Amino acid sequence: MSEAREAILARIRTALGRTAEARAAAAAEIGARLAAPRPGPLPSRAAVAGEERIALFGRMARAVGAEVQRLSGPDGIRDAVVEFLRRHNLPARLVRAADPLLDAAGLEADPLLEVRTGVPAEPDPVGLTVALAGIAETGTLLLASAAERPTLLAFLPETSIVVLPTAALVGTYEEAWARLRGRPGFPPRSVNLITGPSRTGDIPPSIELGAHGPRRLLVLLVDEARPVES
Amino acid sequence: MEPQSLAFRERAARALADPVLETALRRLETGWQEGRTRAAAALPEFEALRDAAVAIKNHVLANLDLYLEIFEERFRAAGGVVHWARDAAEARAIALEICRAVGAKTVTKSKSMVAEEIGLNPFLEANGLRVVETDLGEYIVQLAGEVPSHLVGPAVHMTRERIAELFARHHGGPPKEDSAALVAEARRVLRQRYLEAEVGITGANFLVAETGSVVTVTNEGNAELTQGLPRVHLVITSIEKLVPTVEDAFTLLRLLARSATGQEFSGYTTFLTGPARPGDRDGPKEMHLVLLDNGRSAMVGGPFREMLRCIRCGACMNHCPVYLAVGGHAYGWVYVGPMGSVLTPQFAGLERTWTLPHASTFCGRCQEVCPVRIPLPKLMRLWREEAHRRHLPPPTARFGLSAWGFLARRPALYRLATRLAAAGLGLLGRRRGRFSRLPLAAGWTASRDFPVPSGPTFRALWRTRGRP
Repeated sequence: MSEAREAILARIRTALGRTAEARAAAAAEIGARLAAPRPGPLPSRAAVAGEERIALFGRMARAVGAEVQRLSGPDGIRDAVVEFLRRHNLPARLVRAADPLLDAAGLEADPLLEVRTGVPAEPDPVGLTVALAGIAETGTLLLASAAERPTLLAFLPETSIVVLPTAALVGTYEEAWARLRGRPGFPPRSVNLITGPSRTGDIPPSIELGAHGPRRLLVLLVDEARPVES
Repeated sequence: MEPQSLAFRERAARALADPVLETALRRLETGWQEGRTRAAAALPEFEALRDAAVAIKNHVLANLDLYLEIFEERFRAAGGVVHWARDAAEARAIALEICRAVGAKTVTKSKSMVAEEIGLNPFLEANGLRVVETDLGEYIVQLAGEVPSHLVGPAVHMTRERIAELFARHHGGPPKEDSAALVAEARRVLRQRYLEAEVGITGANFLVAETGSVVTVTNEGNAELTQGLPRVHLVITSIEKLVPTVEDAFTLLRLLARSATGQEFSGYTTFLTGPARPGDRDGPKEMHLVLLDNGRSAMVGGPFREMLRCIRCGACMNHCPVYLAVGGHAYGWVYVGPMGSVLTPQFAGLERTWTLPHASTFCGRCQEVCPVRIPLPKLMRLWREEAHRRHLPPPTARFGLSAWGFLARRPALYRLATRLAAAGLGLLGRRRGRFSRLPLAAGWTASRDFPVPSGPTFRALWRTRGRP
């Protein structure tokens, strides 16, 4: 289909009235723009730090139906997970990412919890993974795929639990993306920005949760945890 | 899909007589329209973001050839395959070939307006494939054998009772009462389809040149399961979706959900760069992308260029008094509301769609709320002029317009004519003070009286009183 390619590009070049000179000049300008991406207008509400940023993240995430819990350290993860599953009357069975932070949480040591590491399959009820960043602006999580962190963990199971190191909390999407730039394998195959549980308004009159993705989202904001790969 | 737009008048009349549709459309006003107002007010940077968005889109369109080349190169470097399609037929053929190459029987599909534009579903189905829509609204419309009636909410015209009936008929069991049960049922049924499918088709909200990434936006999370479970991910999209950088995508994303549904941000925004990589334990093995032109390259250098800035948020229809009265199906093709009235003549030909740019009161609300400030009334007017030039509207309408144009361009004559008309009508209607029937104005007097002119014309008043 390269014939189609040439035809489409030729039509565009004709429409733009491109000369070789103009094209070279434009190419240089675009090269510079792509090499040093500049953010657009940033919401002033996101220009907060420390506890204020944590509070904004929590407020925005809860407003779209996520549950947010703050833990003082990774050793609180296990109890928080178990308590959450019990409170929602969910099976104590989960699939998790092979992430060092979760390795250290000692979930497997809990005799009442059935834990598997890897890719979730239907009908695994609970997925547990780690976010690379949290974005206070809209209470959004940034997840990135990797061999040890399958994307489906946050999409296939009906309940999604995401661990977010407090140190990985930023103000804006741009700051979150900046944490990815320069890492090996950038950009990751799949970067998911997740804001609350899955929802639909397609069947009136109400907004319903759990249309295809998770019906419940629990964010565990963990102090004194090292952000992923940083 | 053959456009049914010439029958706009009849379809609109039917829609106006439908109380169920009226209730459904009123939900848009209280839901998304008010939602947008609230979301815009809650973000002081909203207007600055709109300006930035216009600049980004204009810059891309002025350099579309270069951005397409850069995107193609980087998408390919990430392991994807780009297919170029001049028109709908080429795009459909490429999609079928990709499905056949993996021996696909079932194809899942996340909502894509470009796929609607090229009539992909009926074509794949005619070639023996089972195509399953996964966006809940789109799935409902598919079960009903209908087409979407709104860009963002394909099934906004449907009631819960109707959906319950459809589900009962297609899934078995008695009709369910509440929306939660219906959503749970759709989830259960579609889960199986995700797992069966060999190919998952999605659209793209944006294509990022910097990284060679495809950006999808949903609230349900269906795009991620559609592209994440099957062996092949096929993206059907069009050439104007490009943005230079990820930062530029974020600027547009800050506007998209707020303009569409009044949400601060959609539930799921995903940046995809290539198929599964060595070591990945999930993700598609192959990633293909069809870049459709279908008349867009011809718009780049012409008067309709600004329409290519459109990000498909639906704000123009949510705020259009005509759309909110007649709904999407009256427009008779894929794109509806004000944006559809500009795009449809371009894609389906003015001869078969000239009625659409006339389906506007030119109140200007669409332009007021458009996140990328497309001058929709101006563009509709351009189509009206073109239709008039090509003698497409009926002779009576054209004659009336020409006569009015003749008068309006001659102020002295216009003054005389309006004075005579006002005086004549005043004399005729002196006794009753109103007309219940007037020649040439049956459309007005059919449902209300026409008041009798009560004195001098507006122009005469203006002259005597002077500017306020």
